[in-house]
Amino acid sequence: MAKKSMRTAINEAIRLEMRRDPTVILMGEDVAGGQGGSADVTDAFGGVLGVTKGLYTEFGPSRVIDTPIIESAIMGTAAGAAVSGLRPIAELMFSDFIGVCYDQIFNQAAKFRYMFGGKAQTPMVMRSMTGAGLRAAAQHSQSLHALFTMVPGLKVVVPSGAYDAKGLLIEAIRDNDPVIFLEHKAMYDLEEEVPDEAYTIPFGEANVLREGKDVTIVALARMVRFSMEAAANLSKLGIEVTVIDPRTTSPLDTDTILESVAETGRLVVVDEANPRCSFATDVAALVADQGFKYLKAPIKLVTAPHAPVPFAPNLEDAYIPNAAKIEAAVLSIVAAGGRNAA
Amino acid sequence: MTITAVIMPRWGLTMEEGTVTAWLVPLGGTVAVGQELAEVESSKLAGTVEATVSGVLRRTIIEVGATVPVGALLGVIADAAVDDAEIDAFVGTFEPVEVAAGEDESSKPKTIEAGGLRWSYLRSGEGGVPLVLIHGFGGDAAGWGFIQGAIAADQDVIAVDLPGHGNSEKTVTDGSLDAQADAVIGFLDALGIDKAHLAGHSMGGGIAIGIALKAPGRVASLTLLAPVGLGDGINVDYLKGFVAARKRRDVETVLRQLFVNEALVTPALAEEIIRYKRLDGAQPALETLLAALLNGQAQRAQYRDKLGAIKVPVSVIWGAQDRIIPPAHAVGLPASVRVETVADSGHMPQVEAADQVNKILKETIAKA
Repeated sequence: MAKKSMRTAINEAIRLEMRRDPTVILMGEDVAGGQGGSADVTDAFGGVLGVTKGLYTEFGPSRVIDTPIIESAIMGTAAGAAVSGLRPIAELMFSDFIGVCYDQIFNQAAKFRYMFGGKAQTPMVMRSMTGAGLRAAAQHSQSLHALFTMVPGLKVVVPSGAYDAKGLLIEAIRDNDPVIFLEHKAMYDLEEEVPDEAYTIPFGEANVLREGKDVTIVALARMVRFSMEAAANLSKLGIEVTVIDPRTTSPLDTDTILESVAETGRLVVVDEANPRCSFATDVAALVADQGFKYLKAPIKLVTAPHAPVPFAPNLEDAYIPNAAKIEAAVLSIVAAGGRNAA
Repeated sequence: MTITAVIMPRWGLTMEEGTVTAWLVPLGGTVAVGQELAEVESSKLAGTVEATVSGVLRRTIIEVGATVPVGALLGVIADAAVDDAEIDAFVGTFEPVEVAAGEDESSKPKTIEAGGLRWSYLRSGEGGVPLVLIHGFGGDAAGWGFIQGAIAADQDVIAVDLPGHGNSEKTVTDGSLDAQADAVIGFLDALGIDKAHLAGHSMGGGIAIGIALKAPGRVASLTLLAPVGLGDGINVDYLKGFVAARKRRDVETVLRQLFVNEALVTPALAEEIIRYKRLDGAQPALETLLAALLNGQAQRAQYRDKLGAIKVPVSVIWGAQDRIIPPAHAVGLPASVRVETVADSGHMPQVEAADQVNKILKETIAKA
């Protein structure tokens, strides 16, 4: 099977669904790649990182729409188009820009089905780049998945690789509710085996990447890769960890997390976001509330600090959780020092 | 004195890399020819690497858990008298071995259109009347990994992905064995194959019987591995469990029923099955096929009384510990049918007893 980057996998997902379903449209800043600037340009860059390249050429200006730089209008238009029968994929270039379209997403799209008594559906996808690591500074590097996760009416997808990204995005496009699809910008070039055909990965179904008896690690997106790196290193020390990628934070596969903690008795949550009111605290609260009897040691969180993402490269590197920090957290609870350590 | 490399084998055409899951001989241990050295897993198959020479296992290069490409050096066997420096020099200058069917075109799935559908297949070897391998319910061409390479050393071998499976189009008609037999005949037409040896496993065995009955002139011999169609009994819980399973753990639990050695069900194998089932159309195809296979709790199609009418060599191979279709179905078949029961195998003799299956398959082909 061919290896494809996450960029290619996302492009393929959009392309296959646009071919299958004429109601699927794509809109956003530069998604066509600056089309219209020059009469001769038929295939430009396709988004700031080239994810939507070639879609304008195949589907034309009525289905691949370059918008003005007005995020509120992009999301408002998408929400309106969705309730009127289209399936828009609307790109918010950086998830950090959510502030200017908060009402359209949180107060409109997320509420339509509920407030219209189930008579309206809003099949829109908001795609957006997220995460640190590209020296993009504090306004273009945040991990804001928790903001979306706390609002009922939104489904939130945080893929950790090319294979999952394609299957989850096709699932998102076919879903009849608003879906927030967050793409980690440092992962676009990472390759995995990805089928050419269309496939779907259901929401709320965690991926268990590795199984071990000692500790459960729950991680999202890029942190899944760092957790796997840590797991391989820990294995050399005789410590076997389970690595769970929930794939979606809303809905959340609580069963898989609780079942695993029942087996290991120890939990480390790894989250690139800031630590307060976060995915990490959410999973920790879940296990403290419903799985306390399984715990042999304190729950440990490996997160960014409660500070903006630094621009200085050395500080940004120190800011992001990494394999060494994950290993240290695991060691702190499997060593004799852990409270109630078995 | 010779120094012999132990390398990562290639099982089947699609294997590119493998993981060493255990060393079965300690470093410095004495090994005999044919002795099992290490357990290796690919994404499709798990098996053992055997010693090709006797001697002492002087180096274990690849540690347990590591994944390396086919042809990579796993360890070194040499006589105890060979100098350590010589062995280090051997390891230091070792070039990965190009294992047959490596990067050449024959290892890649090919596609052809037949009956309006896209069919994917693996083809290797040259000459003779082609052997066509037909997998079972939920399987695919790559599942013949231990068989195709061995037979392809002598002749042309084609392993097909049936409609609804593998990389073929996920469209099945009514799913009956009869319709599937017609479809495979169409596939042979598209490839320009007038006559073929057929080997079919489970549902694929029923399809092969169907082809031999419908188009006797097209079939040179028939090798049936735990086929459907020879009795009523079938493990309905397995079939329904396979269709229903969504999570890797559930798939692993279901798949264990296929094997005597349940360790052959690796997480990677279960993940492959899940990824197949997620493809557009795969789940509906499986549901259609399942409905067509069963009549209540029993098998629908019955070919037992018709087997004697087949005039070409027919062999039936059954794992004595098959938990999916009872091995008793191999009892009382017409005298013209060669019946072989394999002691240490479940429903997958092509995996658990590949050497015996290859031997019987070659003999059946030779008899034609």
